[in-house]
Amino acid sequence: MNSIDATATEIARAVNARETSAVELADAMHARIGERDGAVGAYLSETSELAREYAKRVDARVAAGERLPLAGVPLAIKDNMCVAGTVTTCASKILEHWISPYTATAVARLLDAGAIPLGKTNMDEFAMGSSCENSALRKTANPWDLGRVPGGSSGGSVAAVAAGEATIALGSDTGGSIREPAAFCGVVGFKPTYGRVSRYGLIAFASSLDQIGPISKTVEDSALVYDVMAGLDPMDATSVDRPVEATATTLREDLRGVRVGIVDEFALDKLDADIRAVYEAAYADLVRLGATLVPVKLPTADYGVATYYLIAPAECSSNLARFDGMRYGLRVEGADVGATYEATRAAGFGDEVKRRILIGTYALSSGFYDAYYVRAQKARTLIAADFAKAFADCDVIACPSASTPAFEFDAKSDPFSMYLMDYYTIPMSLAGLPSLSVPCGYATPAGAAGPMPLGLELSAPLFAERALLGIAHAYERGTMHASKQSIPAIPSSATVGAR
Amino acid sequence: MASGEIDVAYVAKLARLALTPAEVERFGAQLGALLVHVDELAKLPVDDVAATAQVIPQSNVMRDDIVRPSLDRETVLVGAPRREGSYFRVPRIIGEDA
Amino acid sequence: MSVTLGATATMPGAKTAIDINGVAYEAVMGIECHVELKTETKMFCGCRNIFGAEPNTNVCPVCLGMPGALPVPNRRAIELLVMAGLAFSAEIPAFSKFDRKNYFYPDMPKDYQISQFDTPLTQGGVVPFWLPDGTQGTCRLTRIHLEEDTGKSTHASRDGRIAGSTHSLVDFNRAGVPLMECVGEPDIRSGAEAVAYLEALKRTFVALGVSDVKMEEGSLRCDVNLSLRPIGQAEYGTKAEIKNMNSFNSVARAIESEIARQADIIRSGGRVEQETRGWDEAAGETHAMRSKEKAHDYRYFPDPDLPPIEFAESDVTRLRGMLGVSPQVRLDRMIGVEKLSIVQAHNIVDKLGLADYYDAVVAAGAKPQAAVNLVLGDLSRLANETGTPVSTSALRPSRLVELIAAVDAGTINSKTQKTLVERFYTTDAAEIPLTKIIVDEGLGQVSDSGAIDSIVAEVLAANEKTAGEYRSGKVKVMGFLVGQVMKQSRGKANPALAEERLRAALGEPEGAA
Repeated sequence: MNSIDATATEIARAVNARETSAVELADAMHARIGERDGAVGAYLSETSELAREYAKRVDARVAAGERLPLAGVPLAIKDNMCVAGTVTTCASKILEHWISPYTATAVARLLDAGAIPLGKTNMDEFAMGSSCENSALRKTANPWDLGRVPGGSSGGSVAAVAAGEATIALGSDTGGSIREPAAFCGVVGFKPTYGRVSRYGLIAFASSLDQIGPISKTVEDSALVYDVMAGLDPMDATSVDRPVEATATTLREDLRGVRVGIVDEFALDKLDADIRAVYEAAYADLVRLGATLVPVKLPTADYGVATYYLIAPAECSSNLARFDGMRYGLRVEGADVGATYEATRAAGFGDEVKRRILIGTYALSSGFYDAYYVRAQKARTLIAADFAKAFADCDVIACPSASTPAFEFDAKSDPFSMYLMDYYTIPMSLAGLPSLSVPCGYATPAGAAGPMPLGLELSAPLFAERALLGIAHAYERGTMHASKQSIPAIPSSATVGAR
Repeated sequence: MASGEIDVAYVAKLARLALTPAEVERFGAQLGALLVHVDELAKLPVDDVAATAQVIPQSNVMRDDIVRPSLDRETVLVGAPRREGSYFRVPRIIGEDA
Repeated sequence: MSVTLGATATMPGAKTAIDINGVAYEAVMGIECHVELKTETKMFCGCRNIFGAEPNTNVCPVCLGMPGALPVPNRRAIELLVMAGLAFSAEIPAFSKFDRKNYFYPDMPKDYQISQFDTPLTQGGVVPFWLPDGTQGTCRLTRIHLEEDTGKSTHASRDGRIAGSTHSLVDFNRAGVPLMECVGEPDIRSGAEAVAYLEALKRTFVALGVSDVKMEEGSLRCDVNLSLRPIGQAEYGTKAEIKNMNSFNSVARAIESEIARQADIIRSGGRVEQETRGWDEAAGETHAMRSKEKAHDYRYFPDPDLPPIEFAESDVTRLRGMLGVSPQVRLDRMIGVEKLSIVQAHNIVDKLGLADYYDAVVAAGAKPQAAVNLVLGDLSRLANETGTPVSTSALRPSRLVELIAAVDAGTINSKTQKTLVERFYTTDAAEIPLTKIIVDEGLGQVSDSGAIDSIVAEVLAANEKTAGEYRSGKVKVMGFLVGQVMKQSRGKANPALAEERLRAALGEPEGAA
């Protein structure tokens, strides 16, 4: 294995041991991006100069005797996170040329720990979508099949890691935006407990749901990244003031004594037969590794999507008001301020963003607030309570990350069918739970170039990251699905092209 | 709960989004379909349930009244769509309520 | 709501009924004040909260509403607001949260304002105040809540107004400054009450250090909701909201003007429109603001970025302990117990530092009237002349008490007292008792008849012509003759005794009964 294809854990060890340098890794990784990203389209912008600058700094620090947990680890950053001096677009025309004057806390912590910022990755505009097709700036392909979507909204970050164009990546997850694309691209995607990782500098979609998390090739790498960036941030009033338990050093190798909850309402018979077989095998693997399967009930899980599509748009309608053409970003001049607002926002936002702003504005508007927004908040209480009850009988809950593997471009033209892609991830987001997707097998849908990866979603009680990552690691080590297939060769001549 | 009807033009005005008549129609239909699904929530017994605004209960998160550095003015204004000297320049405001 | 104090004379006119076609009407007013809190930093970020800085220099990602920035509340601002409420006996609910008020405006960076909708930090309370005519009034508070200020727009047109402008320039230094909104109940009935209410708020906020309360700098802004109704009618008339007053005086004028305008409308059979009207200082009248009053849909919802505020009883007790003596309690004591005039009491209380000094002097045993005369008279003059505030002058309250007592006892006369006040204001060896200084420096008042009689004799001998004038009935020359005795005694003679001995020496003037 080439050193740029190593895991973050291996790279940090090698750079700390001065067996390789951060500068070499950064340069090699940018060369890799140059070869592959025409076909994959993971990045919206590369920050090569910044990467070199940080790489030199890391090499100097290591030379001076420091040991850095992420020394020289190449990092891709979803383009809804601010990095000072870089263009931060949210894959939207309204921010296409906006340069952030400050850096998100989570990013700053990774950079301080030695990570190298390779660039900013594509996403569904303002993180609204499940396929990355809602990017206003670029099309991103699934490295397993360039005719399919990578999932979303963190599609670029996930594709970058899957295609070997980054060792680790940051994504953000509001209703499944890390877990669903991680499943589609055969990598690990982890959403920590709400409030565990600072949201300062993460461009808000739905403030009460948004959470930054790592995307990586292995559970261990996700744990490593999580350990560095989790914890209280005085700049985010919703970040939780509670000690962070180290996870990367406490991973486990088996599942003896672990009770895994299998949700009645998520019965596998809803799935296509080949996919169902993969999940049945996954549950059997859990048992083989020592776990006990426990049936649990989430009676309100079916209401997750409805609840989510009121709460998230309501918050987004308010969060995205600031994109008005006055202080930064796009302005389309009108006859007066009002006309300028309307023209700017009409030109700057894509359809999905507009739909969510409209539904959210409606849900908060006079006469509908109680019937929609407040009712959804109450449903959220019930959903969280159901999980709490379920976790009385189990340590983690296992279920599919998504009901299908990655689908073809333009397969879901009806917005609502796209919303249902997050059926398995939304309830955990509403309850604020830590939840991750780990590769669990492959299926070959009709028309696919080859086998497409599937993900197992594991979710734990609030703040039980240590247990969750430990269990996921044991499952990953016990199954080794990621090494059973590899992505087809990516043609360097191909381009997915700008949108 | 209301049925799957939504006054898209009114809501778009509140949200400051200019929509074409075709968009009003298209979004209206799409959002109507979503509302039909959302109306399922009426089946949940929520009368005695507390609303969750924040899923992790916290309170009294405050900072001390201590000055932190502000941004450099040029950094701020260089990103403005339009500026005039040290100010952000914005279009004509009609009335109290822009 | 006014009650007349039995002991004080009432002056008609503060809230005369308005005659409209033979029916007695009254004006009903509720006042909303926005008060900027005096913190070091803004409400949700660490940028400086100062007035008059270079435009757009106290700004950061948070107060500019940049993508990804998040608010964190300023503890000091929350505590100041709660103290303001406690000073007016408000309740502090155990639970309070921040809500977003959504509307678009170019000087509001996020296009929503962080405010409080249904759970204000304080609820209820009463603001008592004294009117110039000696009556006392109160206005109930509905609530005080916390929000953030907006930036400041300058409209590029000839008169700086929105109307007719081609574009606007925005400075965000003020954006995010902590603002408390004090909502008053419709208890105010006249311009005089409105001003007294506002002054009572200001007095307390200044005393607590909650705000500078400078209307001219915009740290206090108020809107008056005003309607008329026949006296005795329970329901309110249609109200107009008046804005843009920039001094207490203009509040009073705007109210009088608006009462007259509404009365004229009703008198001529018209109906008052519910609308917002701006006060035009130059024209001396209110004018309808451009926008038509329409129902706003602010789409309030709890701000998901901000966990709620939960006050424990111990927090409230701690803040209550930081209140100090309330200006209103002082006023009540000065006017009710110490019998100072309304003007004297307000003058003492409204000049920061004078009230503490006055209280110390009175507490040390001085008579209130003697103390107030000196504090508002010689001491205030000396403070102006020397630039040294009374509170930090060398003249300690205990010394002032000695000086007052010495005059009362006749040990020194008031002229000597004045001389000593001036001297001690800048330098005083406080440890030396006044009695010793008087003896050592021979400053004691001459109250010995024999000694004064000999001076009287000298004075009359030197002023034979004047003495003659007195005897022939021109009695007002007595003042001159007393002055001559004082001069001869180098200021030490007891003036009353001097006059008595002069009268005795001169005999009855002609024409006296």
